[in-house]
Amino acid sequence: MDPNCWILPIITFIPLLGVLIVMFIPKEKAAAIKAVSLVISLIPLALSVWLWAAYDRSGPQFPNGAQFGIKLPWIPSLGVNFAMGVDGLSVPLVFLTALLTTLSLLYSFIINERPKEYFWMFLLLETGMLGVFVSLDFVLFFVFWEVSLVPMYFLIGIWGGPRRDYAAIKFFLYTMVGSMTMLLAILAMYFSPEVTRLAGQHTFDMLTIAKAHPYASNAAVAALVFWGLFLGFAIKVPMFPFHTWLPDAHVEAPTAGSVILAGVLLKMGTYGFMRVLMTMTPFAFARYWWIIAVLSLIAIVYGALVAMAQWDFKKLIAYSSVNHMGYVTLGCAVAGSGLLASEQSKIIALNGAQMQVFSHGLLTGALFILVGIIYERAHTRMLSEFGGLGAVMPIYAGMLSFCSFGSLGLPGMTGFIAELSVLTGTYNASPVLAGLALIGIVVTAAFMLWTLQRVLLGPINPRWQNLPDADAREVVSLAPLMALTLLFGVMPGYILSIFNAASEVIVGILH
Amino acid sequence: MVEHAWLIPLLPAIAFGLTLLFGRRGPGEGAYIAIAAICTSLAMSLIVAARWFLAGGSEAYHGLYSVSVPWMPAGSQAVETGFCIDALSVVMLLVVTIVASLVQIYSIGYMHGDPRYPRYFAFHSLFAAAMLTLVIANNMLLMFISWELVGLTSYLLIGFWFERPSAMRAAKKAFLVTRVGDVGFLAGMILLYLKTGSFNLFGANGVFENLSRLDVVGPFGLPLLAVAGLLLFCGAVGKSAQFPLHVWLPDAMEGPTPVSALIHAATMVAAGVYLVARMYPVYLADSSGTALQVVAYIGAFTALFAATIGLAQNDIKRVLAYSTISQLGYMIMSLGVFGYVAAVFHLMTHAFFKANLFLGAGSVIHGTGTQDIRDMGGLRRKMPWTYWTFLISTLSLCGVPFVTAGGWSKEEILAVAWHTNRLVFAAGAVCAFVTTCYMFRLVYKVFHGEPRNKDIHAHESPRVMLAPLVILAFLAISAGYVGTPWANVFEHNMLPVLGHSYASVLEHRLEGMHHGFNPVVFFVALTAVALGVGLASAIWLKPLLRIERLEPYLGWLARLVENKYYIDEIYQATIIRGLMLASWIAFKFDYWVIDYAIVNGTAYLTRLASQLYGWFDRTVVDGVVNLVGWTTKTVGNALRYLQTGVAQHYVFLTVVALIIISLAVLAGHYREEAWIPIAGFYR
Repeated sequence: MDPNCWILPIITFIPLLGVLIVMFIPKEKAAAIKAVSLVISLIPLALSVWLWAAYDRSGPQFPNGAQFGIKLPWIPSLGVNFAMGVDGLSVPLVFLTALLTTLSLLYSFIINERPKEYFWMFLLLETGMLGVFVSLDFVLFFVFWEVSLVPMYFLIGIWGGPRRDYAAIKFFLYTMVGSMTMLLAILAMYFSPEVTRLAGQHTFDMLTIAKAHPYASNAAVAALVFWGLFLGFAIKVPMFPFHTWLPDAHVEAPTAGSVILAGVLLKMGTYGFMRVLMTMTPFAFARYWWIIAVLSLIAIVYGALVAMAQWDFKKLIAYSSVNHMGYVTLGCAVAGSGLLASEQSKIIALNGAQMQVFSHGLLTGALFILVGIIYERAHTRMLSEFGGLGAVMPIYAGMLSFCSFGSLGLPGMTGFIAELSVLTGTYNASPVLAGLALIGIVVTAAFMLWTLQRVLLGPINPRWQNLPDADAREVVSLAPLMALTLLFGVMPGYILSIFNAASEVIVGILH
Repeated sequence: MVEHAWLIPLLPAIAFGLTLLFGRRGPGEGAYIAIAAICTSLAMSLIVAARWFLAGGSEAYHGLYSVSVPWMPAGSQAVETGFCIDALSVVMLLVVTIVASLVQIYSIGYMHGDPRYPRYFAFHSLFAAAMLTLVIANNMLLMFISWELVGLTSYLLIGFWFERPSAMRAAKKAFLVTRVGDVGFLAGMILLYLKTGSFNLFGANGVFENLSRLDVVGPFGLPLLAVAGLLLFCGAVGKSAQFPLHVWLPDAMEGPTPVSALIHAATMVAAGVYLVARMYPVYLADSSGTALQVVAYIGAFTALFAATIGLAQNDIKRVLAYSTISQLGYMIMSLGVFGYVAAVFHLMTHAFFKANLFLGAGSVIHGTGTQDIRDMGGLRRKMPWTYWTFLISTLSLCGVPFVTAGGWSKEEILAVAWHTNRLVFAAGAVCAFVTTCYMFRLVYKVFHGEPRNKDIHAHESPRVMLAPLVILAFLAISAGYVGTPWANVFEHNMLPVLGHSYASVLEHRLEGMHHGFNPVVFFVALTAVALGVGLASAIWLKPLLRIERLEPYLGWLARLVENKYYIDEIYQATIIRGLMLASWIAFKFDYWVIDYAIVNGTAYLTRLASQLYGWFDRTVVDGVVNLVGWTTKTVGNALRYLQTGVAQHYVFLTVVALIIISLAVLAGHYREEAWIPIAGFYR
């Protein structure tokens, strides 16, 4: 067994250990609770950096294998194992999750309402999210998938805004519907003859299922499995037209909740696209790719248009997420589009989709923190009430401008690499789709610049004359996100070589 | 030194970081860091140029030095990035570093006392870094990246005084309008990449060597090469403010005047011309010539169209802005009629004289505190240095032959047009005439006559502002002598940039053209200038012609031109309004149809169904249960009356029951026959 095989369970369960520790601290000692949680969250972060460094870029990729793999029998009679492992798809996501959790906890030091519950739920959330990205067994995967749902429900429901009950229940139920169809599809794959033939028994092992191509010879059942999985992931992404839980959840969630929601929880959906949908039902995917592509295109253009009509800063960023995630699913759709496009361009598209996942996690996470900063000070998010803040809050203005330009795809930052790659792949598959997606680029720029103008530029509203500029805690929460955006925008090769290895294998399934 | 040319953009980039971080604590409040960086870049560019032209660099590198490094993986291949040095990039390096360093020095005086003084120099450094990267990039991707970054700095500097609503709107408008064009550039770049398999321009696997793969019929029956060329040209139309995307440049004058001089006159707006020149093999390879035709007519139209607007503006900077649009149209037009060398030549001379004009305008604004030429007049006595340098560059812009740089470059364009397209030639000649009219109108109204506003007490600007004016005025005369028809050093060095095969295509296109001095063109150009000066003098210097008398007949025309042909209003009513409407409809659809009707509707139906179940459960299911209970209870209640506790009653009932049972058994016994069928059934 690989001597490093324990690294993934350790990364995943250290936050859970933290939950126990925090539970034993008396609730009056809020400062201790906050400090302990932050320190505990640093451990998975440090380990995920080590994981990134130790990860072998030319090593095996799912579904050919996985690195740092561990597999222990769990419920042998049902073919359930405790199986974990990572590849190029998940290593950056593990790091992103650990990083955003740490920064969110740091930003959450302002939480004074029931801090104990808040912080242990946040750590529990981290275990759930990390678990999803490292699980290689469907039962384990599903358990973590659901575990991540519960703390977020409470984070929105307890620490949320005025309509938090509505938003929390909508978030929970909507995602639950997807989970159920996903579970049915997983069970169908579990019982598929192909899997049984390959493994010699029923199994939930994801590597085996992906290699077996369940129902490859039975198009009707394969289609049902495909759409079941699709619904589960599409709601999570969220794709048009399943996206309306997102703005409500974001608007009501506390700032750190929004950061995690946009930065990681949505990524579970796209991760599902790449890890499950594209590898386990590749033929159905190639048959229906155009539906995903068209829905993605609608998300890009329509998401940008709807974002432009918002007057609530946070809701605007939420809708911009719909627009940005459209590029991810468009990249996936093109990459799985059968033999229409060249293999090279499909790999580029999938690289772009992965890059957009990472980039959106960094930039939208940062944007939600920026919205939180201004809301803490002004107690409003109405764009029409701001203006001229650039003169009184120069550091804040610089950071907001940086992130907004990153978000609209300015070259030199990660978003550009992502959009360029996705569009290149799309252009090869269908110039018309790419041409229409280009409209989204202009509209995105329009609403981002308009937002900047409404918040930062123009004459100062005397109400905000004395707003303090961003403080050290806020700058430290944002600086790593901006630095990584710039670093991987200027030197994309470092991270793209990780993505590229995973993309080559996934695209190679059809070639 | 040529090998280290990548340091030229890197120095301003470092200066940007330093100035932004240390700002006021740096030397000269940060200004000296920026100026030191750009001046070092200038020195390095001069060394590169000297090595290139004098030390036989072009032979050593076959006219091109290009080096690439892997940048990011794409499947089994790698996308590269790198830089190149050839005559085109050397010329651009010199133009950018010379103008940028002079403008930054000038800014010390112009921006003195501004609350965001260090930031101004930081943005200037960022601009220099991006622009210098653009001109030495050897691949489309790096070009696009730096292309967008110069757009960013343009946005930041136009909106530098962002408290002013007009400035912030102008900045947003500039970024968005150019981005519309950039989308075309992006699409063209992707198309070329997908077909040729490379973002690199040069080398055996580069774009230019593999253009034959695009020699097929594409959409709308156009050759794919023409499609690629036109898409790239969209980028140029946006950046170089050509019709119909010219609307952002006049508004961009909201930025500080030195910014207008550097970015919106001399360098960034010329990037569109540079793009088409750099990608010229794409246009030459298209044997149908469709793309170049479009380029030529868009350029010629813009040149004339903008010049007429320049006649009717009263803001000194706006007149110059329309002049810039017009001159950029001239360059684009030149590219369209195979005047490749002439266009780059005009780009260079224009950079010097137009930067000088803008800095002169800045000096006037600095000295008078107004931009409205109706408030000026008679400034030549109070601001002699500004006046003379402004006049020299005006003459250069008008294209006075033999003595000015603009004369040489403009006549070269006209000479090519004379050979290839007489219609374009005519447009160019008329444009030269109109240009002279509006420029002399400007000179007369600003510097001649008597001061019209007695409240303005003009003063000459400080030396730190005048020195750049003098240097630029000198260049506005002398820079033209590298490209005289008799000894065209410029053309000799510029043609090899295209590479052997494409240079010969270009020479083939220009076959039979009279190289050297063309008397016809010279005569036409001189006539245009003379007529222009004469007409302007007759109207605005000595009131010989009274144009006010034409008001009843041509008033509508004047208002049409004054209002810039209402293009902005048309865009506002159609595109902007349309976009806002689409956005509003999308939002309402999202809110009412998707969220309210479908999602909440599903939730409502689910609740309704559960309420129905609830009612059914409460009334029917529970009703039956309750009925059973009630029945039992009622029967029990009724039977309770039997439980009297009196022994006699029980005995009586027992006896009655015994009698009834006995009778029943007896009755059953005697009517046995009646049971037979049932018994038989069982049997």
